[in-house]
Amino acid sequence: MIEELGELKTEARPRIVIVHGRWTGYRMLLRARLKELIREPEVIFWIFLFPILLALGLGIAFRNKPPEAVRVVIASQPGSERIAELLRRGPEVSPKEQPPLKVEVQPPAQAALNFRVGKFDVELIPHDGSVEYVYDPARHESVLARTLADNALQAAAGSKPALPTVSRVNREPGSRYIDFLIPGLLGMNLMGSGMWGIGFALVEMRQRKLLKRYVATPMRRGDFLLALASSRLILMITEVVLMLGFGVIAFHLRVVGSWAAILLVSCLGALCFAALGLLTASRAQKIETASGIMNVVMMPMWIFSGIFFSYERFPAVVLPLIKLLPLTALNDMLRAIILEGSPLSSQAAPLAVVCLWGAISFFLALRFFRWT
Amino acid sequence: MRDQVVVRCKQLRKTYDGKVEALRGLDLTIYAGQCYGLLGPNGAGKTTTIEILEGLLDATSGEVEILGRTWSEHPAELRESIGVSLQETRLAEKLSVRETLELFGGFYRSARPVDEVLDELSLTEKADAWVGKLSGGQKQRLAIATALVGNPRILFLDEPTTGLDPQSRRQVWEIVRRFQSEGGTVLLTTHYMDEAERLCDYISIVDHGKVIAAGTPPELISGVGGHHRVEFALAPPASASACGSASASEAPLSTELWRTLPGVGGVHSDDGVTALTVEEPHRTIPALLALVEQNGWQLSQLTTRQSSLEDVFVNLTGRRLRED
Repeated sequence: MIEELGELKTEARPRIVIVHGRWTGYRMLLRARLKELIREPEVIFWIFLFPILLALGLGIAFRNKPPEAVRVVIASQPGSERIAELLRRGPEVSPKEQPPLKVEVQPPAQAALNFRVGKFDVELIPHDGSVEYVYDPARHESVLARTLADNALQAAAGSKPALPTVSRVNREPGSRYIDFLIPGLLGMNLMGSGMWGIGFALVEMRQRKLLKRYVATPMRRGDFLLALASSRLILMITEVVLMLGFGVIAFHLRVVGSWAAILLVSCLGALCFAALGLLTASRAQKIETASGIMNVVMMPMWIFSGIFFSYERFPAVVLPLIKLLPLTALNDMLRAIILEGSPLSSQAAPLAVVCLWGAISFFLALRFFRWT
Repeated sequence: MRDQVVVRCKQLRKTYDGKVEALRGLDLTIYAGQCYGLLGPNGAGKTTTIEILEGLLDATSGEVEILGRTWSEHPAELRESIGVSLQETRLAEKLSVRETLELFGGFYRSARPVDEVLDELSLTEKADAWVGKLSGGQKQRLAIATALVGNPRILFLDEPTTGLDPQSRRQVWEIVRRFQSEGGTVLLTTHYMDEAERLCDYISIVDHGKVIAAGTPPELISGVGGHHRVEFALAPPASASACGSASASEAPLSTELWRTLPGVGGVHSDDGVTALTVEEPHRTIPALLALVEQNGWQLSQLTTRQSSLEDVFVNLTGRRLRED
């Protein structure tokens, strides 16, 4: 075989040639792919900036605000000023622990009207030596206002609780909306950049006839796919570090689980969606076609896979189906590891879902893939 | 060396989707060191042929041998020894010229130094420019460079100069000649007859999936029946019918009259212009002028030129190569 080759390569005029190793083609493909990526401003925006902006926006919109003040109106009667004074003094608790009371004294008719239209949560009518509460049991804040006002008055009047109790505030990082959101956004990002990153690149190359040009060279087709996958993994590491780093710095996200487990799961997720991207792009000749297919594939996961809100809100009948979606599995794993520090071994079911989706997509893609 | 067959195909047939017959039994043999041209109109089957030879398409039937090997048995070795430029490949726009060549070179076990190829194709100045910023001619030279960087023995060029300006076309021709002068073999397709005539040692004219004529350019042209063309048109007789005068007779509708002129090898009439294929214009033209004079006709046009491959094609098919 070698001798035959020598004969094949015989030249009429000897030339200086560079002899390449087994992996030169792969290295060049990976280098070209990465260079193309960083030279594409849209890629930088959609992969790196967009998810962070989204996290920032949603994090601010749903940030934990201090509890709103409870509004109390007192119908002006003799003695109403004293009650107002008692209420304002109130029990000694900080506004972080319970809503502060906002107290106003108004003429009876106006007080009654303002309570009715909801400007105040409770109306107090002082009588001789007692206080009448006017409240609406159907409104939570009204019930709360009545209780708080009563507690404050009783405490100010010197009553002691019959049973000593202790209260503790729980607003630890880990149970906030932003903590739920960031792993979800990371999962969504891994899905998007895997599908677009691989699918678009391939269809574009096919449309440009670049794939055909490549297979007209001795390029190993496996190297080509390997280089695509490698470029995805390199990007994946950047995405994970950026997204979680942003969460840690901007929102004091606490990453409980191990980074190794997070990277491993992200790696599997990235490869799974790269394979899905490969499958959706395996035959499409035009960007428009591929774009449509990808949206159809991703849309259910955007809705059902618990990116922005828990999928537990969907009817119990469909939950098993939702859990079979690769993004659901990925998000569940990311949340379990990042927020609860669960070990990988406890994630067998979602791991299997992600791996199976990846493997099946990859083999189908290889079967259907069209180079020309 | 010159007698060594490097490409041979026999009875090549290709049917798309079981209906469209792109190739209907095409044969060709290319010898080492030749620049072989496939000339034909769009849709004749040139691209299908070259892509089958490049191993990118499977023929429906027929045999293909490149360097004595078949695609099914030695694909990897064959890929190493050919260089390909496809019709309308758009290379990655955001890679530089040098990066593109390094990428393509990296696919081959042995490749030529990138700088040498850049220099040879006058792309050194543009080495660090992005592909997207290149002119049409520069892009085409880069496309050929990606074929040359693998140090091929055979170069396949599909429509290498389509859409290029005259200067860029000449640059491409130079590149092809240099490759050939260094011992390389070239197969190119074109629908420009001047390109085929100037560049190719041997030409197959392809139409409807078959070779309808083959030979060296001079052989093909002499096959038309003469090396010169005399083309003329007669003006409509000035108010001849109105006066009823017999001094100017009706212009002949038949081409038979022209065949009687001395030295005429062929007559072809198209859109009021009559073209005579002649061997010795100095004998034919005086006779033609005398005949016109004698009948009182008026010449509105008279030109004479060398016969071209276009004439060969028109003679064979009754159509022009480029219908545009």
